[in-house]
Amino acid sequence: MGAKHFGARVTRLEDPALVAGHGRFVDDVKLPGLLHACFVRSPHAHAKLRGCDARAALAMAGVHAVLTADDLPEPMRATPLALLLPNPALIVARTQTALARDEVCYVGQAVAVVIADTRYIAEDAAAAVIVNYEVLPAVADCRAAAEEGGPCAHSDLKTNIASTFTLTYGDVDAALENADYVFHEALWQHRGGGMAIETRAVLAHHDPLSDLLTVWSGTQTPHIGRRMLADLIGRDLESIRMIAPDVGGGFGPKAIFYPEEAVIPAAALEVGRPVKWVEDRREHFLCATQERDQYWDVGIAVDKNGKVLGIRGRMVHDTGAYVPWGIVMPYIAATTVPGPYVVPSYQLETVVVLTNKVPTTPVRGAGRPQAVFCMERLLDRVAHELQIDRAEVRRRNLIQPEQMPYEVGLLFRDGKPLIYDSGDYPRGQDKALALAEYDDFRERQKAALAQGRFIGIGLANYVEGTGLGPFEGVTVRVLPSGEVAVATGATSQGQGTRTTLSQIVAEQVGCRIADVVMTIGDTAAISQGVGAFASRQAVNAGSSAYVAGTAVRKQLLTLAARALGVVDADIDLEDGMATSRRGNKPSISFGDLARLAQGIPGVSLPVGQSAGIEHTAYYTPTQAAYCSGTHVAEVQVDAMTGGVKILRYSVAHDSGRVINPLIVDGQVQGGVAHGIGNALLEWMQYDDNAQPLTTSFADYMLPMATDVPTCAIAHVETVNPLNPIGVKGAGEGGTIPAPAAIVAAIEDALTPFGVHFAETPLTPERIVATLRSAGAYDRLFAG
Amino acid sequence: MGRQATRVTVNGKSYARVVDARLTLADFLRHDLNLTGTHLGCEHGVCGACTVLVDGRSARSCLMFAVQANGCEVTTVEGLAPDGQLSVLQQAFIDNHGLQCGFCTPGMLMTLTELLRDTPNPSEDEVREALTGNLCRCTGYAGIVAAALDAAHKLRGTAKPGAR
Amino acid sequence: MKPAPFEYHAPRQLKDAAELLARLPNAKLLAGGQSLVPMMNFRYVIADNVIDLGRVDELRGVALVNGALRIGAMTRQRDLEFSTDIAKHCPLMAEALRHVGHRQTRNRGTIGGSLAHADPAAELPAVCAAYDATVHALSVRGIRQIALREFYTGYMATALAADEMIAAIDLPVWRLGHGHGFHEFARRSGDFAIAGAAALLDVGADNVVRRAALTLFGVTAAPLRVEAAETQLVGKPLDAAAIRAAAAAAWLVEPISDIHAGGDYRRHLAQVLSARALNDAARRAGVEA
Repeated sequence: MGAKHFGARVTRLEDPALVAGHGRFVDDVKLPGLLHACFVRSPHAHAKLRGCDARAALAMAGVHAVLTADDLPEPMRATPLALLLPNPALIVARTQTALARDEVCYVGQAVAVVIADTRYIAEDAAAAVIVNYEVLPAVADCRAAAEEGGPCAHSDLKTNIASTFTLTYGDVDAALENADYVFHEALWQHRGGGMAIETRAVLAHHDPLSDLLTVWSGTQTPHIGRRMLADLIGRDLESIRMIAPDVGGGFGPKAIFYPEEAVIPAAALEVGRPVKWVEDRREHFLCATQERDQYWDVGIAVDKNGKVLGIRGRMVHDTGAYVPWGIVMPYIAATTVPGPYVVPSYQLETVVVLTNKVPTTPVRGAGRPQAVFCMERLLDRVAHELQIDRAEVRRRNLIQPEQMPYEVGLLFRDGKPLIYDSGDYPRGQDKALALAEYDDFRERQKAALAQGRFIGIGLANYVEGTGLGPFEGVTVRVLPSGEVAVATGATSQGQGTRTTLSQIVAEQVGCRIADVVMTIGDTAAISQGVGAFASRQAVNAGSSAYVAGTAVRKQLLTLAARALGVVDADIDLEDGMATSRRGNKPSISFGDLARLAQGIPGVSLPVGQSAGIEHTAYYTPTQAAYCSGTHVAEVQVDAMTGGVKILRYSVAHDSGRVINPLIVDGQVQGGVAHGIGNALLEWMQYDDNAQPLTTSFADYMLPMATDVPTCAIAHVETVNPLNPIGVKGAGEGGTIPAPAAIVAAIEDALTPFGVHFAETPLTPERIVATLRSAGAYDRLFAG
Repeated sequence: MGRQATRVTVNGKSYARVVDARLTLADFLRHDLNLTGTHLGCEHGVCGACTVLVDGRSARSCLMFAVQANGCEVTTVEGLAPDGQLSVLQQAFIDNHGLQCGFCTPGMLMTLTELLRDTPNPSEDEVREALTGNLCRCTGYAGIVAAALDAAHKLRGTAKPGAR
Repeated sequence: MKPAPFEYHAPRQLKDAAELLARLPNAKLLAGGQSLVPMMNFRYVIADNVIDLGRVDELRGVALVNGALRIGAMTRQRDLEFSTDIAKHCPLMAEALRHVGHRQTRNRGTIGGSLAHADPAAELPAVCAAYDATVHALSVRGIRQIALREFYTGYMATALAADEMIAAIDLPVWRLGHGHGFHEFARRSGDFAIAGAAALLDVGADNVVRRAALTLFGVTAAPLRVEAAETQLVGKPLDAAAIRAAAAAAWLVEPISDIHAGGDYRRHLAQVLSARALNDAARRAGVEA
């Protein structure tokens, strides 16, 4: 491409303000007359609401209002939040109302909100609100809940099954019949959270002069939020502006629309003053959506060379009490199992079960870690049983690059056939193995064993559908100052959106990156928007930036050519100047060109010239962009304590063309850290009454700096043929295969004891219990 | 109930205020003094986003009350670049992609400022150990560790081998 | 997560602190705040009065007094970490402190606060138990001495009366040249231990154990001296078999069970970590076991 900015390790534009402590997160926004909110939340996982007495709370000094469902405006008073992703396979398409009306279905569900002078006072008052609960039996275990005859998560329903669907292609029954070998695995992946370090926050302000309702929200999707809110609060879309300012991490849970995002604006309208709600960490553990929590029963059929003939199984997915995002995640999980492998036949029955827990919606990986765990554990099993090296058994089954584009045989969650557009999976695996020095590993393992140390290696492959539609627009406009203004519906929670899009625009337009002034995450800046999730912004907004930038480039060339008396082809654009190649190389600045493009009042523009220098592009992908990768984990296990240390972590990562390697590597490294958390540490635990047990960072463990090694990362850039810049998404790849690779490595380390693992998090306690059952300590305690 | 006078020096400037006894130091800094660089991530003393220096030593400002800081000298992230000139450590964060969302970053900077002052030549393990009181969900720590080691080298006047 | 309202008191004299504690209703002592304030923020603790001991200078300091290290209750963990007296006379504590929380919590946290908070997994109470420490409990009624063995009365419960505070802790030092060993298992660096063992061994030139202390923490509701292991070791030659046998005595404890770990696992760790701690203590005492 002859690129100057695209592909460069540009240090981030976001950083100088952030390192100086000048970020502007929702709680940093101050408005005169600001009041503060605290929600009254259900302490029960399932209960009927029998009334609310707020008199004591209202009597407290500094308390302005206590609102329950009936105090909310229509239609949010009784109409549930919209279901964003409807699906015909949904039997129970239930979402919650903004404040609970008759029944609460998870601990933490909001029943009322207190508005007071300070958060301190609001909390005092919230504690004084008396709510009458009639406690009902709670549903905690999704497998039990899937059976008939037990209690229901919703008292008016006769079933807990929100959906059941089967995905299939090929003749899987024949495959299992005729196979040389069939192996079964029962797998479990726990529930966990995105756990951004910044909790959620909403600030709402109504200006009576303009009747504009402005809402700042720590959201990944302000445009979606705006239209959800407009519908719930009964106002025109145009009378609402939603802004996602600096957001301290998203990871998925901040992509959905929450009840608080409707209640706080309603409260601001009700009290006639700005109202802010900043979630505290305990609320976040209760009410921010979570993910994982699936039970898989699967069988794999192979021939005697380890070639896969078919996979058949059943997966039970705990969706929590509501389905705000439908069945997207279990669907993604179900379609991700075949991964980068040739799987000639496939059948997976999925049962999506309601329980009295907070709903599950995508968290970094969005169902794919579970699917990859399934596939990779199955392949490891095949390797073990058939005594084939684990990398080799994968090699024998990987889709070859000449088979691209590869049609899997399923429909992906984007509504399109699952067709991998590009990728070189064997090369990715080879690169990762080389980085990990896999070929020498057995030597290293033997040497360690001689010293009494147990080390192991594990690998896992994945394919991830990214860059999902429908679109993400970008407007590029050259200003009379010479700056290039960019507006986009894309948002940022740390992925460096501002920087990567500036690189693309600067590249196309021919200005300096420093000249780009960008507005992101603001519904006032661009009319249509979607937001950040499913690793989609580089593809969608990046492509739009490219298209808009290219269009603006053309406008600049035409204007400059006219101004300098030459043809377009004689103009060079660089660093904000248009320079002729002819004569004494006259030049004109972008600013001056922008002035020219304003025209003269009353005078027609020359033929072929358009108004201003600007273009808005909404690139719309035809299907997902499939990225891929291979992870190799090397671990050391203390067989006496079950403690696991990750010695080394190697990644080969294909996210198509890389806009900024610094940022992509950062996404991979951060994703791996999350994957390490999923593999070894993170577990949102509930008791039999669906009471959350891990509700603080002391109990729910996030990886620390001593838990995450610096990864070795190799890039494989298979260009995506479906978008103009050849990119694919990069946000989740680090997380997806990590649990599979790490668990495989632990199992490999403990080969002398012949143990097998099929769950995450794989805790030290579990490792010790497994070793004990295998008789390991008879040997180990003897000395 | 419980209003109390307190005088705290923050980033070299003295502030005398009457505050609720239960007002945390973090909230005092963020809302009374409008120094919003110090962030709240958990309010129970684990995540470290609220880390400041109290009399030169790192402390979780969510676990102190403003009245406890009476007579103390507090340094926040805003105090690292008093005249707008970023510190060596702050610049190292930029150079080494040591931040993504930036929310944990002020806490990281305060912890590392203390570390580099007390241990001018830390090993990678020492840096990682020092960072265990600060959680990051975005970066996977690699850029933060690289930034700390880079800054340590620069502050000692040596060039880091293989530095970007 | 903001605390409930309270009145704040910051006495400068120890006697004033004792007087406030005796007089004020529903009063909590604020030492380092690293355990108390999170509980106040969660509103698990609602105090009407908070007595901040941070300005009572009499409560700080480390001094060798009559063969014991006398440590003021408000001595910050950080100061213990860097104390030459502790390093010389109580190497077990110096080692244990590396596992206590994080730099930020040690900068503020105190030894008195840790002992009074009585978390079963805390390191400092275990170290004090290993040294047969004495707690000086102060109230308006005077000072009384409580042996560490009697100090913990149950899960997060101490023998302190409602109006008593820890003023100081005496750690009788062991002979210079004794060996110490400290091992804990935590999920992440600085986390509360799931289980831990602290060992002290005084071994004669003939490799016979003169004195032994083995304390488990995180395993039972309070730090536990494994007397069965100690009596097994004393008076006998110290070798690998003796250590293994002593560690096996740790198996006989009745462990606690919670969301972090079950009893069986804790019992297993007790044995593993006891062996490791004893081995380190043996090595440091000059014995290759």
